[in-house]
Parts: sequence; C-alpha cells; structure tokens
Amino acid sequence: MEDEQSFSDICGGRLALQRRFYSPSCLEFCLSCPRITLRSLTAVTCTVWLAAYGLFTLCENTMILSAAIFITLLGLLGYLHFVKIDHETLLIIDSLGIQMTSSYASGKESTTFIEMGQVNDVVINEAIYMQKVIYYLCILLKDPVEPHGISQVVPLFQSAKPRLDCLIEVYRSCQDILAHQKATSTSPEGGDKIISASNRRSHSGMGAYWHRQEDKR
Amino acid sequence: MGLVSRGAAEAGRGAASAVDRPGPPDAVPNPTPTPPAEGADPGSSRSPGMVLKAFFPTCCASADSGLLVGRWVPEQSSAVVLAVVHFPFIPIQVKELLAQVQQASQVGVTVLGTWCHRRQEPEESLGHFLEGLGAIFSHRPWFQLCRERGSKSWSCKATHWQGPASPAASGEDQVMLIFYDQRKVLLSQLHPPTALPDRQAGDTTASAGGLAAVFDTVARSEALFQSDRFDEGPVRLSHWQSEGMEASILVELAKWAAGPVCLFLACLLSLISAASACRVFKLWPLSFIWSKLSTCEQLRHRLEQLTLIFSTRKAESPAQLMRKANMLVSVLLDVALGLMLLSWLHRKDLIGQLADALIPVADRVAEELQHLLQWLMGAPAGLKMNRALDQVLGRFFLYHIHLWISYIHLMSPFIERILWHVGLSACLGLTVALSILSDIIALLTFHIYCFYVYGARLYCLKIHGLSSLWRLFRGKKWNVLRQRVDSCSYDLDQLRLLVVAVQGLIHLLVDLINSLPLYSLGLRLCRPYRLAAGVKFRVLEHETGRPLRLLMQINPLPYSRVVHTYRLPTCGCHPKHSWGSLCRKLFFGELIYPWRQRGNKQD
Repeated sequence: MEDEQSFSDICGGRLALQRRFYSPSCLEFCLSCPRITLRSLTAVTCTVWLAAYGLFTLCENTMILSAAIFITLLGLLGYLHFVKIDHETLLIIDSLGIQMTSSYASGKESTTFIEMGQVNDVVINEAIYMQKVIYYLCILLKDPVEPHGISQVVPLFQSAKPRLDCLIEVYRSCQDILAHQKATSTSPEGGDKIISASNRRSHSGMGAYWHRQEDKR
Repeated sequence: MGLVSRGAAEAGRGAASAVDRPGPPDAVPNPTPTPPAEGADPGSSRSPGMVLKAFFPTCCASADSGLLVGRWVPEQSSAVVLAVVHFPFIPIQVKELLAQVQQASQVGVTVLGTWCHRRQEPEESLGHFLEGLGAIFSHRPWFQLCRERGSKSWSCKATHWQGPASPAASGEDQVMLIFYDQRKVLLSQLHPPTALPDRQAGDTTASAGGLAAVFDTVARSEALFQSDRFDEGPVRLSHWQSEGMEASILVELAKWAAGPVCLFLACLLSLISAASACRVFKLWPLSFIWSKLSTCEQLRHRLEQLTLIFSTRKAESPAQLMRKANMLVSVLLDVALGLMLLSWLHRKDLIGQLADALIPVADRVAEELQHLLQWLMGAPAGLKMNRALDQVLGRFFLYHIHLWISYIHLMSPFIERILWHVGLSACLGLTVALSILSDIIALLTFHIYCFYVYGARLYCLKIHGLSSLWRLFRGKKWNVLRQRVDSCSYDLDQLRLLVVAVQGLIHLLVDLINSLPLYSLGLRLCRPYRLAAGVKFRVLEHETGRPLRLLMQINPLPYSRVVHTYRLPTCGCHPKHSWGSLCRKLFFGELIYPWRQRGNKQD
C-alpha cells in the first residue's frame, strides 16, 4: 500500500513524502526534493553569458563566447550528475538492515546499506545550523568494543532537509520496526533486553549449539 | 558426522524417540548445551512474527523441482541456498555428496528443504511426499519453496516439526526471499567499511555476521559447484555452473606456462641483483653519485618489483595477489609506453635534430643570461642600493656561465651518440626514460641550479626580513634585522623557475606511474562486482499474502577507496613532495632538491 503526503523543508520548499508499506517488516520512504526551476536556470545562464559578453567587449576575442557556452553546458551536466539530488529513499527491512539511496537528477544512484546488527537506534537530533536550529533524523551505530556505546552517527535526508513534522512520521514507523526487531532478536547480545523466555525460538538453542560444535571441530 | 548422527544425539539426550526432533528448549542460548525439555508445550516457544531469511540464487529460479541444499546460519536466522538437487535421487548418495563437500570446504552444507516448480499448486499427495522428505532429511526449520511455472507468484513456508503425533500444530514462520547472483557473489571480495583507527582486528568478528557470512559461505563452497549437468554422477545438481564449467583456454595455458617462465626469470633477476650488489659501488664517490641519480633509484625499484612478481612463491592473501597484479600491469604499461616513445623518436629522427639544435640553444641561453646580468649589474633606476654586492654576485654568475659554455662546447661531438643510447633505454620503460631525462636536465643546468640556490636563499632572507619588519610595525620588538638585503633583484628568473618546476614535475610523474594501482582500477572499471563495498537491496513485485521478495545486488567500491587501499609502496624517496608542497616551496623560497633526498634534511 502506498500513500503520499506533502511537507515542507527548512527553507520553505515543498517536499513530497511517499510511504510504501510492503509488509509489516519492510517499509520504504521516498522524499522528493524541490526540482530545479526554469527561473533559476535562466538566471544563472544569463549571468554567465552577460559576464562573457562583457569580457568579450574588453578583449575582442571570440573564444570567450564559445568558452562561456561550453562552461554553461558542462556546468549544468556536472551539477545534474554530481550535485542535484532528486529524491532520497529510506528502506527498512526488519532483521536485515537499513538502506539509504540518493538519486541524482541525471539518474545516478548512490546507495549505502547498514546491517541491522550495527544499528543501535534511530533518533531525531537537534542542531544549530547558521542562524537556525534544525532537526534531523540520524542512525546511531553500535560500538563493537562497548556494548552500549555509540561509534558513529549517520544523518539521513541530508539534501531534502525536512521539517520536524515529516521527521516524526518517519521516526514513528522506524521505531515500530526496530522495536519489533529487538523483540524477536536472537543475537546473544540481546540477552539484556526485555525478552521473556517463552518468546525464544525453539530452534535457536539447538542452532546455536550446532554452530558452536562446528567451530570446535 | 552429518545430520543424522547429530539429530540422533539430540533426540537421544532428550527422549527415546526414533524420529529426529529438536524439542523446544525454553532457555536462552548459552554455551553449555541444555537437554531439550521433553514434552514441553510446542506452541508457547514460538515468538509471533519471526521472519526467516532465505538467500536464493537467481540461476535456480527456473530449475526443476527438487531438494534445496545449502547452509543454515542460526544467528542471522537465514538460510543460504547453494544448489538444487533434482529428482530422482537416492538419499544416501545425497548425504554422501554433502559429506564430501563438507569435508572439502569446511562449510556446513545440508539439505534445507524442498523446491517445487510446477504448473499449478501442488496436489495433496505431492504435498505429503514433500513432507515425507522432511522426515528423511531432518533439518529444522524445513523450507518449502514453491513457484508456479511461468508466473511471478512464489510461496514459501518454513515449518518446525513437532513430532508425528501433532502435525497440525507444527509452527510456521514467515520467510523473506532474497535473490542473489551466485557467480558475482562468489567472485566478489567484500571490503568492510574503513574502521576507526583504534579498533583491533578481533572486534570485527562480532560484527562480521550477516552479509559477510553469506559471501563467505558461497565463496568457500566451490567444491559443490564442480559438477555440471553433463557429468554422469549419481546426483544431478543445479547451480551457476551447471550449464557448463566456466574456464578459459588462455588462462589455463598461462597457468601451465607460468611455472617454468617464473623460475627462469627469477634466476636471471637474482643474478642481476647479485651482480649489482657486489661491484665497486660501495666506494665513496661512486656510491654518492649513484644515490643521487634518479635513474639508478628507478632501476633499483623496478628490479625489486620484478623480483616480487616473478617469485615462485604463491600469494598468500587476496591483498598480496592484487599487489602483484598491479605491479605486473604497471610494468607492462610502462614498457609499452616506452616502446611507443622509442618508435616515435626514431621515426622522425628526432635525436639527430635534437643533437643539432642543442649547441645553438645553449649558446643563445648563455648570451641572454649574460645580457641580463650586465643589465642588473649596471644601474637601472632605483632598483638596488648595494652596488658592491651586485658587482660581486654578477661577476660570480658570469664566471659560472663562462665555465658552462666551455663544458658544452667540449661535449658537443659526443652528444648525438649519448642521446641515441639514452633513447634506447626507453625499452626498459617510460619511467626510466623520464628519469634519465631528468638527470640530463639536472646535469646540463647545474649552473642554473646554483643561481637558483643563491637567489632562493637571498629571497628567503628578504622574506624573513620583511616579516620581521612587519612585526615591528605591529609593535613587537624582538628579532629586528639591522641591514636590508636588497640584491634580491635577482628575483626568480623565469628560466630558473621553469627548469626547477619541470624537474619537480617529472619526479612527481614518475612517482605517480610507480604507485598507481592500474590493475585494481581496471578491475573496478570492467568488473565492478569483484571489489564490493557492500550490498544494496531492491524490493521486487509484491502481492499481499505472498512472501516478500528482495533482490540483492553488489555495491561496488568507489574509485578513491580503490586507490587508497591498493596503492603500491614507492621507494619512499620523496616523502615531502606532492603537487601542493611543490607550489608552496616555489612561492616561499624553500629549496627544492631535484635529486633523490634521503632523510629529512632541513637547512
């Protein structure tokens, strides 16, 4: 099932949050950033070309004009391929992990996947950004040395920068899945969480024994 | 060993029962094996909504019905399916094959469940037959995957036998299907994310579960993929190589020929290194000169690399194999570029033209320098205030130039032969040719280098003087310079700057060619799945009521990390030089040493 809501980012631009519910253990959020507008494109192009024309009247060299055209084209292509992000997607799969994908305007996609074993929690943090106080959603990664420590903070939706109301929606759904995952976790480190003995998988005891027997061989 | 004996041991400890069943233990998993509680309530030990993961190879999605063979990873609650065994089969033979594979690869390969690929939903009788197989091959949980032929609807369930007495109470778990490309996962090498600097190696075992276990399982199970469907074995398997083993004639020939060739070349190289080590190079003047010339350093570096490549010891780890491959590709590219340069030089007869043009150019340069010095020693308006120092330095430089011109005229008959032999050295590689060029420039322009040294020193002093005056202006009193040194009108002459910059650039280029891992970059470009930074998932078409299906793809390593991880060690002779520091030294007047510098001398 799929639904779409409209929010705004910290600068006032319009964002669209699409939520896809594949199963109780798999959820996908897609946040679309504001598109590049014709007005800004025209403004930049005109500025560059006027500057080039000004230089041309000083130097009388026609290479400047062709160079300005090349620079505009290459700059636009580079901007679309490396800088402008079209939408950002967050895919949470219970017991597998969390995947963040950024799709650029030229179609390029850059993906990062974090396994569930490394995820400590998903929280909303406050930050001071220039003259504003903004909120951002981030994933806290576990520290392998210290069981309750945090080794790294991975921020989400960095280029969309949604406001708190949008973040709360995403946060609630993430927490549902994480709570469900922790409740059914079979990892040995989960022993200190609130899990009743009757909830344990019947095969996990034998399976763990099986695995250790294999290692001892 | 094997499933049957282990299952029997469990059953024997728990209860006297002929059928293998685990019994539901209520305790949390602990290292000491607790006897499974006999007669405990089967339903209470199931946690609702537990999701199991099944990694299924895409090549088996169209295979005929049969048994699923793979490995069960209990900590991740995931099953990695490696192959499908087709009907008809004899269970004893299947168990023998799995025992053989387990012994060869140290991977716990077992029968995980059944796979059903038919036109419609399986009938009741088939369903009982499939469940009966679950009694023969006791594995818990028992997976039953089913797909309708020609459609995209899959169904799978994982059951836990509770015993023959109450088959209806057998619990079922939800299963998530994850498809993976078996060939790519087999060949891929997973690079864990760069750990923080203060992590020990032992900590990674705790977090190396999950996907690293899947990659590891597939990579180590090569023994299972050795038979294809044209073999006449007792058991018929389906996996990525079942349509035919993948091999290449060239690779096999190369492997066969590599042994004797490596041996021969290793002996030759050891002879060369022994010869170069025991000659009179240890005497002082020669050893000093050899250590300063960049050509000798480059030749020594190449000799070391060739010795490493052709050594008869096999590489122990994938990182070493990558390093050998990188070195080989780098040497081959170097030689190819050198031969191209040689053919270009000889085709246009550039050597003769160069030799003819050298003397007039040297004369012209000397003449221009003399004019410049005369002009500076004269009295252009308001440039200097220290005539005596001007005269001394000017005359000193003029004498240098006179010496140099005489030296060039002395060498003029031999120039062409020397250049021809130097051009021949390009056969050894482009880097050797560039090093020789750099050394020739250094020798020919040594006088200019001396001027540069004097000028740079004076410029440096002037900059220090100005900075101390600036401090004085701001009110700080210490370190005031009493006398101004004005003869820095010998500012960095364009020629000197150009020569020194060109030498620095040549050295940086040689270092770049030496240390760039070309094989790794080529691999990342052409076969991106070989170097994996991680994985990415895509959700396939989903229907309600059907299991969730995901496609697992390999996320390749970014180019910057490839270069960083596999960069070849250079001979470490230019620890301070990089493009940025070259520019900085030119601007601030610190000395640039165009020859190889050992240690950190700071004047």
